[in-house]
Amino acid sequence: MKILVCITHVPDTTSKIQFTDNNTKFDKNGVQFIIGPYDDYALARAVELKEQLGASLTVLNVGEAETEPTLRKALAIGADDAIRVNAFPKDSLFVASQIAAIAKQNNYDLIMMGRESIDFNGGMVHGMVGEMLGIPSVSPVMKLEIEGDSVKMAREIEGGKEYLEAKLPLVAGCQEPIAEWKIPNMRGIMSARTKPLQVIEPVTDQTATEVTNYQLPPAKGAVKLIDKDNVEELVKLLKNEAKVL
Amino acid sequence: MSVLVYIEHADGSVKKTSLEAVSYAKALSDKLGAGEVIAVALGSIAQEELAKAGHAGAAKVMHVNDEKLNAGIIQAHAEAVAQVYRKVGAGTLVLAKSSLGDAVAARLAVKLDAALVSNVVELPETGSGYKVKRSIYTGKAFAETSVNKDHKILAVKKNAVDLKTDGAAAAVETVALDINADNFATKIISTDKATGEVLLPEADIVVSGGRGMKGPENWGLIEDLAKELGAATGCSKPVSDIGWRPHHEHVGQTGVKVAPTLYIAVGISGAIQHLAGVNSSKCIVVINKDAEAPFFKAADYGIVGDAFEVLPKLTEAVKALK
Ligand SMILES: Cc1cc2nc3c(=O)[nH]c(=O)nc-3n(C[C@H](O)[C@H](O)[C@H](O)COP(=O)(O)OP(=O)(O)OC[C@H]3O[C@@H](n4cnc5c(N)ncnc54)[C@H](O)[C@@H]3O)c2cc1C
Repeated sequence: MKILVCITHVPDTTSKIQFTDNNTKFDKNGVQFIIGPYDDYALARAVELKEQLGASLTVLNVGEAETEPTLRKALAIGADDAIRVNAFPKDSLFVASQIAAIAKQNNYDLIMMGRESIDFNGGMVHGMVGEMLGIPSVSPVMKLEIEGDSVKMAREIEGGKEYLEAKLPLVAGCQEPIAEWKIPNMRGIMSARTKPLQVIEPVTDQTATEVTNYQLPPAKGAVKLIDKDNVEELVKLLKNEAKVL
Repeated sequence: MSVLVYIEHADGSVKKTSLEAVSYAKALSDKLGAGEVIAVALGSIAQEELAKAGHAGAAKVMHVNDEKLNAGIIQAHAEAVAQVYRKVGAGTLVLAKSSLGDAVAARLAVKLDAALVSNVVELPETGSGYKVKRSIYTGKAFAETSVNKDHKILAVKKNAVDLKTDGAAAAVETVALDINADNFATKIISTDKATGEVLLPEADIVVSGGRGMKGPENWGLIEDLAKELGAATGCSKPVSDIGWRPHHEHVGQTGVKVAPTLYIAVGISGAIQHLAGVNSSKCIVVINKDAEAPFFKAADYGIVGDAFEVLPKLTEAVKALK
């Protein structure tokens, strides 16, 4: 059993988002980068599956050299080895093409990743990889169990859950509560330093989209405070001023 | 070339967000002279439900009335939509951002060799090239994105366009497709769905509670207000983590992203990860006993006070309005 987990290298969830160079570049100044929170769920579940099934676990990131600490962290959490495709992740199609090319060579049984990255929130890569490989893709997966070559999953749908069954190989876009985020321990951190991290060059430079500039939402006006003993006033304002009732 | 819209239904009723997607497609075709808007619907749906697509702006509905497609099997839906897309000679596919829509759109992008842009918030700009504005960083920013493929798929964010309801009735054409059995490799065993409630991702009004509600036994106060407003209920992450509320109510960066006209947050501090999931709301009301709670900075209206005192009064005041 071979599992591949694809991880993104994204700004920490508390980051203030700002742009430079005339709003054409993300401002990395003072920003801490982390494993995408949804990818972290995928990784946590993959580590459990590895222990349960004796699987091998590879992590993959499409990114430039600066993403290596993020990959090392994934190794510290429990992956066996890592692959970095040495390229700036230009768009979803570009990233999916790299993942699909590596998957074709290595025949993974299960490809896991987050339901979406928290930078561009596209939620497309899992489906694209599935289609490129001609295998099922399921997202957002909130529960995943393997019995033989059969996979039992729960997928989030609007207002509930859907229970599904499929056979391996499969691509899963994951989210909570598939597993609890894992924090690397000292042993993990030490061993991560010596685990293999392979750097390979991209197979194609094909993209479908390109960001031409970034914008921030307009600044919010000050809050209008209403006395707690006068809630009728709030209802009036919502009806007559904000016109939302 | 026509614009095809993938419309979803929940047990036979066409989703409002899908009708918004139809209205978006209609506005797009009017703006760009892109040709007819055609909707595609999969599975068993009543004629009067399909007619709604016409009111929202579709000229025609292609109805693939195949029971096997009642379940939202991602691969099978992608295959069916791709076939219809080719059949009608469409150049653009529009759909509403949703759990199924996202998953289907991603596969379609590869099948149709199309550029997929998700979280679209405005009509495209075609002054120089084809540019679409989309929401990124979980609502904390926007990206103007140029599209460099002939075929385009636009996944539209809720509330990006006003729902049109004055269109003419659409002609419904029933189409039979032959979908390869491999596309049904994933089997849906069962669904577990909250019934009779307003669904959170599609709701116009949301009342959310946080850890300040102290325990699940107090949620009646949130539900009473929601019921009076015809609203959906939501919660912060710790609330669903502890199990006070079901996971599908968790709002925020790692939960459901909502864009209602009115979001009422009660006993929620307003951590940046929670705000990220609600910042597209048109109007935000915050009730918190701590005047320093960060949520007040993001709110339009606020009440500094104890939720247990304020909520019953607020519910009464809403009732009195009617
Ligand atoms: C990677 C990551 C992702 C995350 N994603 C999300 C997410 O998607 N969504 C999310 O919500 N959180 C998320 N979080 C958690 C987030 O950081 C906060 O911990 C969480 O939002 C806090 O929830 P809360 O406001 O309910 O609880 P608290 O922070 O405990 O705040 C409770 C509030 O209730 C008020 N209060 C208490 N009693 C009363 C009363 N009687 N009446 C009125 N007010 C009262 C208090 O003043 C306080 O402001 C994430 C965290 C991380 C690290």
